[in-house]
Amino acid sequence: MKQFLSFVRKEFYHVLRDRKTLFILFGMPVVQILIFGFALSNEVKNSKLLVFNQAQDEASAKLINELEVSNYFEIEKVVGSYSEIHQTFKQGDIRLALVIPANFGSDLAHQNKASLQLINDASDPNTATTLNNYVNIIVQDFLAQNYPSAKSPIAILPQTRMLYNPQLQGAPNFVPGVMAMILMLICVMMTAVSIVREKENGTMEVLLVSPFKPILVILSKAFPYLLLSLVNVTSILLLSVYLLDLPIQGNIFMLYAVSTLFIITCLSIGILISVLTNSQQVAMLISLMGMMLPALLFSGFMFPIENMPLPLQVISNIVPSKWYYIMVKGIMIKGLGISSLLKETGVLVFITTVVLIISIKKFKIRLA
Amino acid sequence: MKEQVIIADKLSKRFGQFMATNQISFSVSAGEIFGFLGANGAGKTTAMRMLCGLSIPSEGSASVAGFDVYTQTEEIKKNIGYMSQRFSLYEDLTVLENIRFFGGIYGLSDLQIKEKSDALIQQLGLEKEAKKLVAALPLGWRQKLSFSVAILHDPKIVFLDEPTGGVDPLTRRQFWDMIYAAADRGVTIFVTTHYMDEAEYCDRISIMVDGKIDAMGTPAELKKQFDAQNMDEVFYQLARGAKRKE
Repeated sequence: MKQFLSFVRKEFYHVLRDRKTLFILFGMPVVQILIFGFALSNEVKNSKLLVFNQAQDEASAKLINELEVSNYFEIEKVVGSYSEIHQTFKQGDIRLALVIPANFGSDLAHQNKASLQLINDASDPNTATTLNNYVNIIVQDFLAQNYPSAKSPIAILPQTRMLYNPQLQGAPNFVPGVMAMILMLICVMMTAVSIVREKENGTMEVLLVSPFKPILVILSKAFPYLLLSLVNVTSILLLSVYLLDLPIQGNIFMLYAVSTLFIITCLSIGILISVLTNSQQVAMLISLMGMMLPALLFSGFMFPIENMPLPLQVISNIVPSKWYYIMVKGIMIKGLGISSLLKETGVLVFITTVVLIISIKKFKIRLA
Repeated sequence: MKEQVIIADKLSKRFGQFMATNQISFSVSAGEIFGFLGANGAGKTTAMRMLCGLSIPSEGSASVAGFDVYTQTEEIKKNIGYMSQRFSLYEDLTVLENIRFFGGIYGLSDLQIKEKSDALIQQLGLEKEAKKLVAALPLGWRQKLSFSVAILHDPKIVFLDEPTGGVDPLTRRQFWDMIYAAADRGVTIFVTTHYMDEAEYCDRISIMVDGKIDAMGTPAELKKQFDAQNMDEVFYQLARGAKRKE
């Protein structure tokens, strides 16, 4: 035990004396949360809107005002003809045009119904659909406030409730994603690199000649990263709760428990990489290309797995971050209990066991 | 006759078809400085790894400090020290931290580590550098420190794998003074080297060629046997016949 502690203390010296490592360790989570929270966002705000108002009446003016005061649109220009609409679209800045027909106000007043036309730039289909939805919501709002007697244009009006994330914010999606990515990066890459560094420097030989058991060498190299990763989990959670106002719905201890499990999975992958490689560069490349990229692609955080071709969907199942992402989302956003996440837990335990068995076998072969 | 601390009998290591070490037999007695010579690729490192318990032999038998290399590698590791040709301290740790770390993994108590590191630092004259990073020390000092750390836990035998590579002659001389001092205390020294003047410092040497030990004896005996002026010539005569290249 004392040997183990001496070793762990030495590992902390390594980490704390290397500025680059320190930055990756503690700067990265903050930077990522800030970037995803404030710079990158799939919420569409302040889109430029073109208005062709043929009605020029009180009702249409009110509606345009409603659109303008919402955060979603900015009236770029008021035009007088269809050809002008098309011209402006070709210039490229405009996402959406709203055409209000001549008798809009009087139709509403007398027939209790009226029509509007929306023209979209559908070269980006997701944005186009999102903008249409925003306009629909604003129009419904406008009707309800000003013409309570107006009939809805369609007989069936779905009452939509956005569960878990009523404002359709990005944070509930990306915070779990960032956690999965950061932990993957730190645990896999840093563990692999720090073990391989000992091989490169020749100190590994000295360690193996010592009475300190080889398996303990590996364990005590991985252990500090477990602690540091938990510090990271904490800092990401603090940032998301206090900076992004994203409350933790589920049990926080469970969140830490599944994070610890995922960290152990990543550490064992890092150990496997370190057993298989002999240079820091190779270890780093494998960690980045072989681990970070799949984590990004297949966790479901950026691209929906359901839309992928079947072979890729199958592959996504062996990517640990996918399962961790599902669990964090479940616990943090939906407030699920462990009973709903048994399958995910099982998969991670399984992957960890397999990876550890392979690395221990390979490690022994190298020693013989 | 002194106690034999290393005994190898027809010790062999095969990698596939390749006999890295081919039936080598020798013994080293306590307190002896045994030079283990050979060209690159002759099989020195493989032999040394087997004796250190890092590699299981294919055939033959050997014991180190009275323990069997097949079954008692853990016991062997407790009784040997090791310093490799590559620099084997942590450069981003201070002198004291290195000593404390290696003392720690060899299971020394805090008190022992404290006493040993005080003595060691005084002996090496490193009082001012004790709290400096090892990276800031000149190479020669690092090598001396490295050797002191390798014998920190009072091993019976210390294995030195080309310990003086890249070190200036004066420091090498001082390094050998440290080796003699350790040998006088009864520590057995098993050393590989490419410097033939260092071979002369050894009590006894063996020269490996192509996985076999082709010559063994005191430097004087070998020079007489090969009718040579110095060890350089002895080595050259033997190594010239080698078929293996690097």
